[in-house]
Amino acid sequence: MLLRELIRTIRTARTQAEEREMIQKECAAIRSSFREEDNTYRCRNVAKLLYMHMLGYPAHFGQLECLKLIASQKFTDKRIGYLGAMLLLDERQDVHLLMTNCIKNDLNHSTQYVQGLALCTLGCMGSSEMCRDLAGEVEKLLKTSNSYLRKKAALCAVHVIRKVPELMEMFLPATKNLLSEKNHGVLHTSVVLLTEMCERSPDMLAHFRKLVPQLVRILKNLIMSGYSPEHDVSGISDPFLQVRILRLLRILGKSDDDSSEAMNDILAQVATNTETSKNVGNAILYETVLTIMDIKSESGLRVLAINILGRFLLNNDKNIRYVALTSLLKTVQTDHNAVQRHRSTIVDCLKDLDVSIKRRAMELSFALVNGNNIRGMMKELLYFLDSCDPEFKADCASGVFLAAEKYGTDRQTSLHITPAGSYVRDDSVPNLIQLITNSVEMHAYTVQRLYKALLDDISQQPLVQVASWCTGEYGDLLVSGQCEEEEPIQVTEDEVLDVLEGLLVSNLSTPVTRGYSLTAIMKLSTRFSSVNRIKKVVLIYGSSIDVELQQRAVEYNALFKKYDHMRPALLERMPIMEKTAANGPTEIVQTNGETEANPNPNIAIITIHASNATEADMTDFVFQAAVPKTFQLQLLSPSSNVVPALNQGTVTQVIRVLNPQKVSLSFTNCLTYTLKGSPVQDLAEVNNFPPQSWQ
Amino acid sequence: MYKNSINFMLLFSRQGKLRLQKWYVPLSDKERKKISRDLVQTILARKPKMCSFLEWRDLKIVYKRYASLYFCCAVEDQDNELITLEIIHRYVELLDKYFGSVCELDIIFNFEKAYFILDEFLLGGEAQETSKKNVLKAIEQADLLQEEAEAPRSVLEEIGLT
Repeated sequence: MLLRELIRTIRTARTQAEEREMIQKECAAIRSSFREEDNTYRCRNVAKLLYMHMLGYPAHFGQLECLKLIASQKFTDKRIGYLGAMLLLDERQDVHLLMTNCIKNDLNHSTQYVQGLALCTLGCMGSSEMCRDLAGEVEKLLKTSNSYLRKKAALCAVHVIRKVPELMEMFLPATKNLLSEKNHGVLHTSVVLLTEMCERSPDMLAHFRKLVPQLVRILKNLIMSGYSPEHDVSGISDPFLQVRILRLLRILGKSDDDSSEAMNDILAQVATNTETSKNVGNAILYETVLTIMDIKSESGLRVLAINILGRFLLNNDKNIRYVALTSLLKTVQTDHNAVQRHRSTIVDCLKDLDVSIKRRAMELSFALVNGNNIRGMMKELLYFLDSCDPEFKADCASGVFLAAEKYGTDRQTSLHITPAGSYVRDDSVPNLIQLITNSVEMHAYTVQRLYKALLDDISQQPLVQVASWCTGEYGDLLVSGQCEEEEPIQVTEDEVLDVLEGLLVSNLSTPVTRGYSLTAIMKLSTRFSSVNRIKKVVLIYGSSIDVELQQRAVEYNALFKKYDHMRPALLERMPIMEKTAANGPTEIVQTNGETEANPNPNIAIITIHASNATEADMTDFVFQAAVPKTFQLQLLSPSSNVVPALNQGTVTQVIRVLNPQKVSLSFTNCLTYTLKGSPVQDLAEVNNFPPQSWQ
Repeated sequence: MYKNSINFMLLFSRQGKLRLQKWYVPLSDKERKKISRDLVQTILARKPKMCSFLEWRDLKIVYKRYASLYFCCAVEDQDNELITLEIIHRYVELLDKYFGSVCELDIIFNFEKAYFILDEFLLGGEAQETSKKNVLKAIEQADLLQEEAEAPRSVLEEIGLT
C-alpha cells in the first residue's frame, strides 16, 4: 500500500479499536517486508511507520531500517532515513552510533542536499560521541564558500559545542571572516555561533569584543537600507538577524564601558526608528530594550527603554503587555523611579483577563508600593484581592500585609488588613493579631468587621481564629457599638456568645480554633455582664474529650473559683506588642526564669530577676531577647538599669510571650551592660521552661 | 534540558491530535509522549482571549492557532517570545507557499514534506535561513532530486516491466 493510501484508510476508522486493528495489520505486513530485506519498498514502509508512530503506536522495529535507508545511495531513501532517525532514535540508544559512519560519508557527498541532510541530522540529535568523531568534518564545512552548507555547518557547530564544550577552540579559526558574508543565512547562523561561544567562555567574549563595530555596521545597514524583498517582513529588513545581532551586542556590551559606548547610537536609532504597528517591529524593540537595560548604557537611553515598555503596556496586543510587565519586573529594583511613572498603567493591568498578565501586574504593583502611594495602591490591590482567582489570594493577602506593615499608618493598616484577613494562611495569624493589637484606634472597627465575617462564614480557620481572638479581646467595644468608621452593629452579649459557642461545636472548627473560641469566651467574662452563662460553658468543657480544651476549661474554672480575685487582671486587654530586636546566641550571666499560672493559654508571663555577684555595679543594663517567628514578645520596662554589686539587689523585668502555635518555648538573650567602665555583651539561650508555660 | 532556542515544536489539532513533532533535545519516546500529552491539554484548556505565552515547567511556551492547527514552541527562559511568534509565522508562510493555501489535510497527507520544509528553515532549534525564497528554492531542488531518483523505476512500472 502506498503511504497516502494508508493514511486515507486509517482515517476512515470510526473507533479507536478499528484503527488499532488496521495499524496492527499493516505493521505485521511491514515487519515481514523488513525481514525479507526488500530494498524497493523499505522507504515506503518506513514512511508508513513514521505516520503510525505519530499517531502514538510503537515503531521501534523500524529503527535499524532507518539506518539502512541512510546508507542507501538513493536520495529518496536518505531523506526518509534521516527523518526516521530523527524521529525514532535518540542519543540514548546505542544503535544510533551506527549512523556515525554514514553521516561522515554524507558530509563529504558530492550533492549538497545530501550533505545538508547529514548536517541537519547531526545538528539536531548528534550525541557527544558522534560530535567528537565528526567535529572535524563540520569545521571543514564551516570554511566552505558554499553558503548553503556554511550556514548549516555553523548551527551544527553550535550543537557540537553544546554537547562537547571542550571542542569550542577548534572552531575559532573558522570564525575569522564569518561576519564578512553577504548571505543573510550565513550571517544569522554565524551570529548564533558567536553568541554561543561568548556565552560559554569569558576568553572568547573578550576576544570577540572587537567585532562590535562590525556588528553595529551590519545592523545599521539593515535599518538604513531600502526595501529588500527577499528579507522584508512588514517593512522591516530581516528582523531575525536584527534580533540576533542585538542579543550578541547585549552580551558583548555587558560590563564593558567601551563596547557599550560604541553601540549607544545604534541602539538609540533602533529604539526610535522601528515601526511599531506590527508584532515584528515590537519584537525588535523588545530585544533592544533588553540590551539597553543590560549593558552600561547612559541614563537617557535607559529612560528611553523604560518608556518603550510603558508604551507597550498600553498596546492592544496582550502579548506585548505581557512582555512589558515581565521586563519591568526585572528592572523595577534598579530603575525604580522610572518604572513608578507607569504605575497607573500597571495597576490597570490587574483587571486584565489573562492570568499571566494579572500575576505579573500584581507582583509589579507590590514592588511599587511606597509611603506616598499606599492609599491608592491598597484600594486597587484590595479590590483585586476580592475579585481575583483563588490561586492568587494567598500571595496577594501576604503582599497586602507586608505593604501595610511597611508603609501604612496604624489606621490605614487596619482598614487594609481586615478585608485581606479572609485570605490569610495559618502562619499569618500571629502577625495579623499583632497588627490588630497595635492599631489601637481601630479596635472597634476591626472587631466589628471580623465579627461580621464570622457571621458570614466560619469555614476559613485562620480567619475564624483571628476573629474569635478579636471578639474575645474587644467584645465590649462590639456590644457598645463604638465603631466610628462604619455604621455600628447592633448586637447583644448573648448573640456574641452564641456565635463563639457555635464555633466550639461546629464540625468546621479545628481543635486550634476551638481553643481560640474557648479562650475568647473566657475573656468576655471580664467584659460582659453575662458571667453565669460563661461559667456554665467553661464548666461543660471541663469534661471535654479534647484534652486541650479540657485543660483550658479546668484552669478557667479554677480561675472562677479559687482565683476569682486575679481574674480581671489576668484577662485584661493585651498591651501593644513590640517587635523585639533579634541578636545572636547568648550566654546568660545570672538570670532566673519563672512563669506564672496564666489563664490565657497563649500567653506566657516570664519574670526575670537579674543579680550581680561581682564587686562593681553593672550599669546601663539592657536585656534583649530574640525569638522565632511564631512567637511575639513584649518586654515591659525593667525595674532599673543598674544591677547592684555583691548581690545587693536585683533588676526585675517582665516578659510576655504570645505563643498561639504552642511551640516549645525558647529564646536567646543578649545582655549588655557596663562594668568598671568597659562595655560587656553576653549572649545565651534559655529553653528549659516548664511545659505548662507553653502548652 | 540544555540551552537551545527552541527545545521542541508541536503541531496539533483542536481535538489534540499530533500532526508534527520536532524535538531538539534528547528525550525518550515515553518522555516525549508524556510532555506532548500534558502540554497539548494545557494549551487546549486556554481561552481564546489569553496571551500566546505561558510558563510551563521550566520552559516558556509560545503558541498560536492557525485555522484548525495549533503551532507550539517551547523556548528557553531568556528567549524573545515575540520573535518566536515571527518564527512560527514564517514557518506557516513557507507551508502556505509550498502547498498553495495550506490546510490541515495537506499536513496530514504530506507530513514528511512538512518536516523537510521545517528542516530547511530551522536546524538544532535555531533559524538557519531568513529568506523565504531560499528555503523554498532548496526544497524545490531537493524535491527535483527525489523525482529524478525515482523516475526510472516509475517509467518501467508504467510499461509493466517490474
